[in-house]
Amino acid sequence: MNQLIDFVLVTVVLFSIGIYGLVVKRNAIRMIFSIEIIANAANLNLIAFSRHVHNVEGQVFALFSIAIAAAEVAVALGIIIIAYRLYKEIDVHEFRSLKG
Amino acid sequence: MVDAYFVGIAILTIGSSVLALESKELIYGAIALAISMLGIAGFFLLLDSPFVAMFQITVYVGAVAVLVIFTVMLVRTQDLFSAKDDKGRKAGGIILMLLTMGGIGAIFLASGINNPMFGNLDSEPIKIVEIGKSMLTYYSPALIVLGLTLAGAVIGALALARREVLIKENESAN
Repeated sequence: MNQLIDFVLVTVVLFSIGIYGLVVKRNAIRMIFSIEIIANAANLNLIAFSRHVHNVEGQVFALFSIAIAAAEVAVALGIIIIAYRLYKEIDVHEFRSLKG
Repeated sequence: MVDAYFVGIAILTIGSSVLALESKELIYGAIALAISMLGIAGFFLLLDSPFVAMFQITVYVGAVAVLVIFTVMLVRTQDLFSAKDDKGRKAGGIILMLLTMGGIGAIFLASGINNPMFGNLDSEPIKIVEIGKSMLTYYSPALIVLGLTLAGAVIGALALARREVLIKENESAN
């Protein structure tokens, strides 16, 4: 029988992989991949707790979170395409004019 | 003890999310990300949440993955594939990953949820009717705001696409 801790450990591993991608990768699309992996780890956590504590809110929040993540990806990819038109590059280190 | 389904889905999900970040070609990375999302949907099924699993497959594997693949095709350049990660940066990233994994994992293992008595899967799974009820009663304002957010995202994306045309028109007018 699967325990809650097994699911939580999988989410910890996925979250760490996402953090690694955000720190190391310079390609903007790969950074979006990392953000998606982290968001999915969070959703899995919500569902795992919702099932084991028997609470509906976890599933409702997961549904909201999935919809928000979809909107976020659409906007992020739009920004990447605009940045590519301007710089002909999707390396985040090359987007110098956004530097503070 | 975990069962074989859990181990299989965990290996699929974690392996393909590593591949999504480390594959040479960006397009294979996008496909690996879609497989990883599918693995998460498999976890949702293991947790008796078929509705969320269906939503996950529709939104992530159906919409987001296709969107990402189209973007990868649009921004395809030669430099993209030859760009190498900085060695020191990569080592730092791996150390940070292991520290995060060990730290948060140790906290969870030491906490009360490690107790097998905490929560149980023997209880009734949550019914879809209950999700619908709470979404349309208590959380209905959140649902409306969510709809407006999605509409705003679509309008924003259209505005981003429109601006390029306007700039070109201004340039030709000048």
